[in-house]
Amino acid sequence: MQPTILIYQLQQKNEKAFQKIYEMYADNTFGVIYTIIRDKTISEEVLQDVFIKIWNNASSYSEKKGRFFTWILNIARNAAIDKTRSKSFKNSQKNQEAEYFVDILEEKNSFSQKTDAIGIKKYINALEPLCKKVIDLLFFKGFTQKEASEKLEIPLGTIKTRNRICINKLREILEV
Amino acid sequence: MEIEKYITSGVLELYVYGTLSEKESEEVYKVLKEYPEIEKEVEQIEKGLLQLSSAMAPYNPEKVYNRIKDQLNLSEDEKVIAIDQKRRNWHAYIGWAASVALLIGLVTQLNKNKELQQQVVDANIEQQLLEGKIDVAEKDLTKTKSLLNILRNKDIIQIPLQAQKVDPKAYAIVYWDKKNQIAYIDVAGLPTPPPGKVYQVWSLKLTPLTPTSLGVLDQFEEDENKIFALSNMNESEAFGITLEPKGGSKSPTLEQLYTLGAVES
Repeated sequence: MQPTILIYQLQQKNEKAFQKIYEMYADNTFGVIYTIIRDKTISEEVLQDVFIKIWNNASSYSEKKGRFFTWILNIARNAAIDKTRSKSFKNSQKNQEAEYFVDILEEKNSFSQKTDAIGIKKYINALEPLCKKVIDLLFFKGFTQKEASEKLEIPLGTIKTRNRICINKLREILEV
Repeated sequence: MEIEKYITSGVLELYVYGTLSEKESEEVYKVLKEYPEIEKEVEQIEKGLLQLSSAMAPYNPEKVYNRIKDQLNLSEDEKVIAIDQKRRNWHAYIGWAASVALLIGLVTQLNKNKELQQQVVDANIEQQLLEGKIDVAEKDLTKTKSLLNILRNKDIIQIPLQAQKVDPKAYAIVYWDKKNQIAYIDVAGLPTPPPGKVYQVWSLKLTPLTPTSLGVLDQFEEDENKIFALSNMNESEAFGITLEPKGGSKSPTLEQLYTLGAVES
């Protein structure tokens, strides 16, 4: 659901609305950032920056341009990718081995989230390797179809439908 | 728009990912607003992705919110200017009332807009109907005017046809344009013929009695004016109208003679 009223209040600088939005999107935003950064402390810093941007730039959001979820996702991805390019990040880099988002699920032992991450983990392990890669690039890393097709060496025309099939499988297990 | 095809194309997933161009996104948005099924699909995709990405978070980042709040200096001033509390609340109330009023206003406007759009559609339909009616009326008027012109012609002989035994109330008038050899039969005074029957117009010679058919009035019900033009090359001495089986008869059925009138000589 688009939290239309909350967005409107956020744009009016309503702090309660901001807090609600944080509660709604902090988890998944943190997840997206962590998928790119792979460092908990740095990811927290980026998360902080992202929500400060959300507060400061809320008025630039318009439903016509896309989903609110997507707007936050874009801010988070961009902030995280910027961070990976920074000098301080490169110097502190240690965990670069993990390549795809699924590896995170492998590393995780405790799940404090409201979502059934254990269920997701079980399912994602059963996902085709190509699905994992497609979702990783398009969703988590924000690749364009063209970039993804080049990286994965599969035809550009099949990316969109391939991704749809992968997401459908995901939705089946999540029952959404 | 084939909804199912649109959904299965995979464009909606990319829309939620944010990997479409700005223009493509705006197009998808327009489609969403038009087709609730598609919007529902987007909601579901988003829900799935929200869960998937939440599962990637190493832990719940609750504590980070306090740092954000500190950095933005949110709610700090509230504690400092405690005396202003009352006034601040006033502002908040007004703000809330205003936003509620605005929301109500927006919803009302939306509904009004929908209503107006429907009214425009209705008005368009009505306009088309009226245009059709005007068209028909204009055609009728032209026809009536030309009829009137014909009847005003001084060369026309008017022959009233009197009622006969079958129907004492029936009457008809023949306007005979001898020069152009046309007989205009005005049958507004005749009852609508029963199904399967038609009126047939006869030109009569009296000595000896020789009927010649001028034609059947098979458009009786369709013609509003109830005036029919039939060609008449005969030296008619009288006109008669009989009720005949559909398609007409070779000779008149005299038991069904509705009206009869002689031409004054």
